[in-house]
Amino acid sequence: MADGMAFSLRRRLVGQLLVLAAVLALVLSLAVRIGAERASEATLDAVLGAAAQGLAEEMRAEEGGVVIDMQPATFSMLAAMGEERIFYRVDVGEVTVTGYGDLPLPGMLPSALAPVFYTVPFRDAEIRVAAVARSLRVDGRASPVLVLLGQTREGQGAIASRLGLQAAGLGLAVFLAAIPLALLVARSLTRPIDRLAEAVGRRGPRDLRPVRHPAPRELVPFVTALNSFIGRLRGTLSQTETFIAEAAHHIRTPLAVMRNEAELALRQSTEESTRARLRGLIRSADDAARSAGQLLDHATVLYRADQADWAKLDLAAMTRAVATRLAPAAEMKDMDLALDIPAVLTCEGDAVLIEAALRNIIDNAIKYSPPDSVVEVSALATDRMAVVAVADRGRGLGQAEPARLLHRFRRGDNVGDVTGSGLGLTIVEQAAGAMGGTFRLRAREGGGTCAEFCLPLV
Amino acid sequence: MRRILFALGLSLGLAQSLAAFEVESTQDFGPEAPPRVLSVLSTTDTAILAPVITAYLAQTPGLGLRYVMASSQEVHRAIADEGAAFDLVISSAMDLQMKLANDGFALSLPADLVADQPVWSRWRDLLVSVAQEPVVLILADGVLRAGEDVPRTRRDLIALLRDNPDRFRGRVGTYDPAVSGAGYLFAAQDARLSDTFWRLAEVMGRLDARLFCCSVDMIDEVRAGRLLVGYNVLGLYTQAQGAEGITVVELEDFTLTLLRTALIPRTAPEPEAATDFMRFLLSAEGQALIASGDGLAAVEEAAFERNPHLRPIRLDPGLLANLDAVSRNRFLTEWRAAMEQP
Repeated sequence: MADGMAFSLRRRLVGQLLVLAAVLALVLSLAVRIGAERASEATLDAVLGAAAQGLAEEMRAEEGGVVIDMQPATFSMLAAMGEERIFYRVDVGEVTVTGYGDLPLPGMLPSALAPVFYTVPFRDAEIRVAAVARSLRVDGRASPVLVLLGQTREGQGAIASRLGLQAAGLGLAVFLAAIPLALLVARSLTRPIDRLAEAVGRRGPRDLRPVRHPAPRELVPFVTALNSFIGRLRGTLSQTETFIAEAAHHIRTPLAVMRNEAELALRQSTEESTRARLRGLIRSADDAARSAGQLLDHATVLYRADQADWAKLDLAAMTRAVATRLAPAAEMKDMDLALDIPAVLTCEGDAVLIEAALRNIIDNAIKYSPPDSVVEVSALATDRMAVVAVADRGRGLGQAEPARLLHRFRRGDNVGDVTGSGLGLTIVEQAAGAMGGTFRLRAREGGGTCAEFCLPLV
Repeated sequence: MRRILFALGLSLGLAQSLAAFEVESTQDFGPEAPPRVLSVLSTTDTAILAPVITAYLAQTPGLGLRYVMASSQEVHRAIADEGAAFDLVISSAMDLQMKLANDGFALSLPADLVADQPVWSRWRDLLVSVAQEPVVLILADGVLRAGEDVPRTRRDLIALLRDNPDRFRGRVGTYDPAVSGAGYLFAAQDARLSDTFWRLAEVMGRLDARLFCCSVDMIDEVRAGRLLVGYNVLGLYTQAQGAEGITVVELEDFTLTLLRTALIPRTAPEPEAATDFMRFLLSAEGQALIASGDGLAAVEEAAFERNPHLRPIRLDPGLLANLDAVSRNRFLTEWRAAMEQP
């Protein structure tokens, strides 16, 4: 994966949560501020309007003009906490009779019932004006009366901005509180992912079972995809192994026929040069058959290791059987198979795997030992393991690291003329590993190799 | 007490050639030809503020102070109509000062200076009180006969006047609210606070009360014995001119307390110096000097707790209603009707 693509879900989640919290905090403080402004403006407008209406209502015409009763208490009240400036203007018949003649008039004429409110700049200040209209009978004629009452709203502005600041502080506190919360949320959200990754990561290299780990619903598609991938992989692998097994099987049978024919020909032939050729042919057929057998063994081991279908069985009897079956090959090289095996050695495993492993160990020992030597096959029970040890006086391990020889198609540097596939020891090691056992190679004192195949005792 | 130390000259009507408003007196304090001059426009007698001015100038070298005294109407006119260049305006006409501040002629004062002042003694950050003084009743010595108590309330005063019409006829004095701004303010506040005001007006009208423009005149008449009772007299002047021959009574139903307020006009050439001087006036030292001077009282909240009958005149835009010409005419009509009875 490229560096640019390696973003962190958790970091992204935390970032987005924080952005959300910041936006919420901002919206909160704005909403409180606007709400406070609206509410206080509505309240103050109501008071201002009532005062203007009161003033208008109390006006009356008397002899010699209009009587207006300016109540100091009204002005004091409008000064709201003594902080606001007050301006007023009374027009009768379009003539200003008292107050500030330069106070701006409203854009539209107010009705007698409801005051009109407007905001205008006046004498270095923004003022809120309530305008009330009525008519008054002056000298027998109806004259329109307009009462304007204005006040600054600095106190209101101060209160609104204080509330706004408080709300902003609250918003900031919410934002700060959101940081650890966001971290916590992000962690708890990504924990199932970590757990799943851990569960998958803990698996062995050959564990191709479907993932059954509990996953949150959102990860189910991912797990399903993973499982289907694993399934396809397993299918491909088993197809390959089946193919190899089939191929090996199909090669072995004609090889056997070919070997039999060659042997017959060898018996019937008298010409020495032909006989030598036929003997070479037989040896090559044997090698090919062995390689095919090993390929088959390898495929079998892989397949059965996956099945993990273990049963109780007697390792001693099986070792004896394999040794007996390989005895003719040893005899051909005038070698002795010395057996030191107890009557019964019960352990758990798969019979086919164990047989393939034992056959490969003993066959290897015979193959790499000189004629007239002895291969000792012994079996014993240690405290928890059943051990089958096969010791030879062969050419040993050479310079190679014992563990390296267990790799597939890896052969020692001293194999020389001996043909081999490099699969034998791999089969043994995989069989042992699959059943919970071990396989070790070590150099033997006085030359040769000792191979130890261990399985857990029941 | 302390007389003018640095008085350099008393030049009557010097500023009149420049400004249209009417000046009563002009006096310069401080060194000769100072580099900076603070100009103060005030309704308060020069002598009364002289101690605090000299004390201030003594600690600010290089500053001179020109003190111009005018009537409250002229002070208002100088600032509102003529934009006269003064740094500080001190006036006892609270309503006119309030109108100046309300109409935007005052500069904002520093927040720390304003914050130290009690709310009742200032309006916003524009207007602050530098002194307070009660509005009192004065009686000539010997006015009371044996067995008569000094009137403690307006009710007592009304009873005294009504019961002895012969003694008091033509010998009762009060402000003429039609002429005097302060007199109008006091009358309007009286009427606002109590209905006894109208009864008192009626009684005084029946006794052919004499009307005055100024406290000083009333005090002089009482001291001279031509007047027995002076109603709504500024306490300051009763003390300034010595209390001999008169009895000063703070009526217990309520006694108005006038606030002498100061503001810095927008047109001030030296607003910082004015602020500094105002700071001094409001400081403990300045207030002590004002209180120890000829009759002004320091702005003091405790005074109202000690004397619950003292009512500071509310320093807020309610005062603007007093100045409304139409309302004023209506009030004066009512007042005349009460005073002039058949």
